[in-house]
Amino acid sequence: MAVELRGRHCQLFQAMRQSIVDGASDTATELAQQALANGVDPLEAVNQGFAAGIMFAGDQFGCGQMFLPDLLASAEAMKAALHILEPEMLKRGSRREALGKIVLGTAQGDIHDIGKNLVATILSASGFQVFDLGTSVTPEQFVAKTKEVDADIVGISALLTTTMAGQKAVIEALDRNALRPRVKAIIGGAAVTPKWAAEIGADGYSRNAIDALELAKNLMSKVMNKGTAMA
Amino acid sequence: MRPRLQLLTPDLIRRILCEAFELLMSPGVRVGSAPVVELLRSAGVEINDGMARLPEPLVRDCLASAPRNFYLYNRQGEKAVHYGGDDVHFDPGSCCVQILDPDTLEARPSETRDLVRLIQVTETLPQFAAQSTAVVCNDAPSAIGDLYRLLVVLQHSDKPVVTGSFSAAGLPGMIDLLAADSGSRENLREKPRAVFDVCPSPPLNWSEFGSHNLLDLARAGVPAEIVSMPLAGGTAPVTLAGSVTQHAAEVLAGITLHQLAGPGSPVVWGGAPAIFDMRSGGAPMGAVETAMLNMACAEVGKHLGLPTHGYLVATDSKFVDAQAGAESARSATLGALTGINMISGAGMLESLACHSVEKLVIDAELIASAYRLVCGVEMRGETLATAIFAQTGLSGEFLKLKETRALFRLEQHLPSPVIDRSARGSQPPSDAFTRARARVDELVSLYRKPSLSENVLQKFQSIIEREANRAGVASTSPGTERLEDKTVVESR
Repeated sequence: MAVELRGRHCQLFQAMRQSIVDGASDTATELAQQALANGVDPLEAVNQGFAAGIMFAGDQFGCGQMFLPDLLASAEAMKAALHILEPEMLKRGSRREALGKIVLGTAQGDIHDIGKNLVATILSASGFQVFDLGTSVTPEQFVAKTKEVDADIVGISALLTTTMAGQKAVIEALDRNALRPRVKAIIGGAAVTPKWAAEIGADGYSRNAIDALELAKNLMSKVMNKGTAMA
Repeated sequence: MRPRLQLLTPDLIRRILCEAFELLMSPGVRVGSAPVVELLRSAGVEINDGMARLPEPLVRDCLASAPRNFYLYNRQGEKAVHYGGDDVHFDPGSCCVQILDPDTLEARPSETRDLVRLIQVTETLPQFAAQSTAVVCNDAPSAIGDLYRLLVVLQHSDKPVVTGSFSAAGLPGMIDLLAADSGSRENLREKPRAVFDVCPSPPLNWSEFGSHNLLDLARAGVPAEIVSMPLAGGTAPVTLAGSVTQHAAEVLAGITLHQLAGPGSPVVWGGAPAIFDMRSGGAPMGAVETAMLNMACAEVGKHLGLPTHGYLVATDSKFVDAQAGAESARSATLGALTGINMISGAGMLESLACHSVEKLVIDAELIASAYRLVCGVEMRGETLATAIFAQTGLSGEFLKLKETRALFRLEQHLPSPVIDRSARGSQPPSDAFTRARARVDELVSLYRKPSLSENVLQKFQSIIEREANRAGVASTSPGTERLEDKTVVESR
């Protein structure tokens, strides 16, 4: 009996995973509802079903088999599923543990946010708690939000060479407020290079949203390790 | 609307044909062999001192019997190449004697292993509708080198083949090989898998070798591609229009011989015209004028309603470098915009003297871009933008729209990693040649060799042995055994 149930869930998890890979929000919503109706643990549904799908989509994007619109559709489907499952998780007190807290925004004077939005979508679909400050964010706003939510990572995006200096200003402001090295600062954007990242003392750089996810995960493990070492 | 390019006005095409018909009467066409002379005399053609004068009405009759279009088939018997209309296909350049060694960057004599690698990569790339007998295998007996190349292609590919023979005596064996592959001569005639390039010698000379091949192909019903190659200023008038006129006369003469021998047999208005380089004395295949000659020659063929062929996507550079990319991209684009049915030449360096597998995979990307270009700008859906904006407003969230996801693959060609568009990462960036080398390795690992029946392989073997004996190479057969072994070993 137990084996049979397990088998049924296996199929359900497989379908959940597929709905995310297909970027099918409607199907993902239905499957989430079905899971709740059948008494499936919502946390298990996320971890074994939907989240596995978003990880697979990320890998496919990384190796050139999926493209940005596909990846976004997957992230949207993930959001749709979480929208159904999260209230139930809250009720059960089994809220999905966030991988980390990240504050995002574009540098002051820069209103280009496609890249930053992609990073926000991918990170939040992958389990990060994302606080998106939007566009043209001042260093003071970054600092205030970081303190308010006790963020682990601050991500500053800049498309233009002229606004890249704003990334440096945010990092300096974080330093002035003694938030680093506990808080990690990462940067991205079309004109940004690894060299620039090193020059302004950023903790990391990524060239696209999927690499940003990897970067954030790696940085979190450093944050964790440090925490453990200090304790 | 499909974008197209036209270099010649209708008036100029009429003038070219008018003068070409004049050339066929005066000075006429040199014909070399007794059977050709006999064939032409029986059609009422006047021949003096080996010069045949072909009257326009006879040539027009032969044009009328030539098919307007035909197909080449793959091994599975499916239509794979359409010769006719504005359909565009590409195949690698053929008959090279050297290959660029990617390690040493030197050109070395090509061998069976090089041909196999070229075939494997061509087989996996959808940009190439057909294989070619791309390189001469210098490790095989040269007396049957043409047959041997075709054998290697048939063993390793399911695609149609653009090929050719090295002598009048070489052709029958090659046709036998194809018939064995197709099951019978009738099957081969009904669903031809190969087209044979046949070349006149400029100016206006149908040698014994070329004309015999034309006659044999016409009688066997195997498609012939007449590849006239005037060199403007060297072996043809210096003006582009003058060379196009000579090209037209040579191909018209070829079609006449061909259709007299086998009325209705498939034949292609082909060519490899080039300018004659006034510094090097060579034939610069990457020159824009060479591309213009190919375009103009094809336009004349299209005007006559015939299937067309040209020689483009090649370069004069000795390396897979910026010159190679610029010249090959330009001519691939121009050829596609002209609607040439078969465009040969991809992969070739050094004015057709050297092949490169790495260039072939880069050329595949250039060809894909050219295909994208000829698809043009289309209206997809009821409105262009208003329905989209009805959904997004001014949010700018186009990337999330289901229309974006549904249509971006139609709107954009998504290149392979050979083309680098990525942002600078933590790894040092690579150049196109380095990426092409990796791509070649990847494609070779994806390649799967077709399985041929034991029966067909035995037939291949006996044809090879027979032809080796005929050509006087290794009549005691160790040569052929070695040769067979080699292709088998290479294929593993």
